[in-house]
Amino acid sequence: MVKNISNLGDAAVYCDFGPEVNETINSNVIDYFHHISKLIKDKKIEGITNLTPSYNKLIISFDLTITNYKKIKNFIEGLNINRDIKNNNQKIKIPVCCDDEYGLDFLRLTKKLKIDKNKILELYFKKEYFCYMTGFIAGMPFLGDLNESIRCDRLETPRLKMPKGSVGITEQFANIYTFESPGGWNIIGNTPKKIFDDKNLVQPALVNPGDKVSFYQITKEEYLNWNE
Amino acid sequence: MNKTYFEILRAGVNTTIQDKGRNHLYHVGIAVSGAIDQRNYTLSNRLVENQLDEPVLEFAYQGPLLKLKNGKINFAISGDIFFKIIRKNLEIEEGECYKSYFLDEEDQVDIISTKNSTYGYLAINGGFDLEKTWGSYSINTKANIGPNDGKKYSLNDKIFIKKIDIKSPINKKINYDYSTDNIIRIIKGTNFDYFSKDAIDKFFNEDFLITNLVDRMGIRLKGPKLENIKNTNIKSEGLVRGVIQVPADGNPIIMLSDHGTVGGYPKIGVVIAADLDLVGQLTPGTKINFKEVSLEEAQNIFKAYTEDTNKYLNECN
Repeated sequence: MVKNISNLGDAAVYCDFGPEVNETINSNVIDYFHHISKLIKDKKIEGITNLTPSYNKLIISFDLTITNYKKIKNFIEGLNINRDIKNNNQKIKIPVCCDDEYGLDFLRLTKKLKIDKNKILELYFKKEYFCYMTGFIAGMPFLGDLNESIRCDRLETPRLKMPKGSVGITEQFANIYTFESPGGWNIIGNTPKKIFDDKNLVQPALVNPGDKVSFYQITKEEYLNWNE
Repeated sequence: MNKTYFEILRAGVNTTIQDKGRNHLYHVGIAVSGAIDQRNYTLSNRLVENQLDEPVLEFAYQGPLLKLKNGKINFAISGDIFFKIIRKNLEIEEGECYKSYFLDEEDQVDIISTKNSTYGYLAINGGFDLEKTWGSYSINTKANIGPNDGKKYSLNDKIFIKKIDIKSPINKKINYDYSTDNIIRIIKGTNFDYFSKDAIDKFFNEDFLITNLVDRMGIRLKGPKLENIKNTNIKSEGLVRGVIQVPADGNPIIMLSDHGTVGGYPKIGVVIAADLDLVGQLTPGTKINFKEVSLEEAQNIFKAYTEDTNKYLNECN
């Protein structure tokens, strides 16, 4: 359930589902997202321009010329959300090359975490991750949860250009930079796999909220010869 | 039949197609895009008697040099722009913003530079001949979505124009005084309490410099370091245009139209909707100040902003 509703500026509503991050709370956020998306499609509510679900928040942007904060807040408070039972989530495997030219932040990570690169990789590759959300840049999946020994803060100053395909970690999460972009995550490798396909107008993102993702390590040669 | 088009003889710094923007895709990570300065975008369309949501050409700093091929058009430029029209007999006319012009085959428009601003808009009567992607014509260069394969225009590219019958030149004008302001009004952000009292004082009372790190995604500021007393990271969550994030280094970043859809730095404030055009036009080296307003005040300011825009639209003749 939404614990608190407030305004994010004058053209967005900030729905807070509480401080914790886990699959149950996130699934609730996703249920709200699907429910409201359907109401927008059926024209039951007007003025909403975007919905952004994340781990434990849902942000609703709206057009100030059509509606306002109070109207959207009342609408959210009046919703009755049932657990969505449809489950078409996938299991996805993603290759990563962790050679030093792709794993940009091993120096920082080994210093901060006080464990060596091989141990970081071992802990990273042996888990299966849950996709909490996609975003930041088109199709970037936010995956969790990392083993506790390899959790680390964001970079103090974000990089201006993260190479496309970079695989990053921060706190309990992992992600993939689907495009070159600025970014602040610790980069451990790079994937040659296409994670976002703009030609696919129905489902452009390879990984979607609720999916399970595992990674496997590839050599530089396999990386360079990757063919989809 | 030969298509009418602009041939790009010089691309300019960042020339793209923009419109009102692309909605309902934040959840996959696709920003709204759209014209940075929505009022000037709208006015440019009105000046050429277009629907107000037609796509236009947006340029930044140095604009493009365009040559018209196989047709005649009416066009108008909005913003604070220095431009010339080079007729095919090589006669040169100084261009005036907020005024429509007739352009004959082989004439050129030379958009030399923006003045005290970053972006300008060129609209043509009838519009460009383009296709929508996910409900919008806007070029999103970060995700390579939209016309021209989602890339900014380069030398020798062609921009196709819808064929329309030009019966007579349009003679439209708006008396618009392009002005700018260094006071940016904001509403407290959802992580306002992450910052020390000292940081809040500084945020509202000291100058912040617009650095060179400015693009359609956002603006990086430099000012007094804003001390965070809680946590310099939050769990990544949605962003909207105008959000001011403060990373661990204490320097604020303002989100613009092509911003990342989620972010993990604390939000100290959000620029009010009515000031977004203004913020987007700020140029590197400018100093700005932040001023807090309440949600109610912001809504009233937005109403006034909309009425103002409508006033200009109605005055256009």
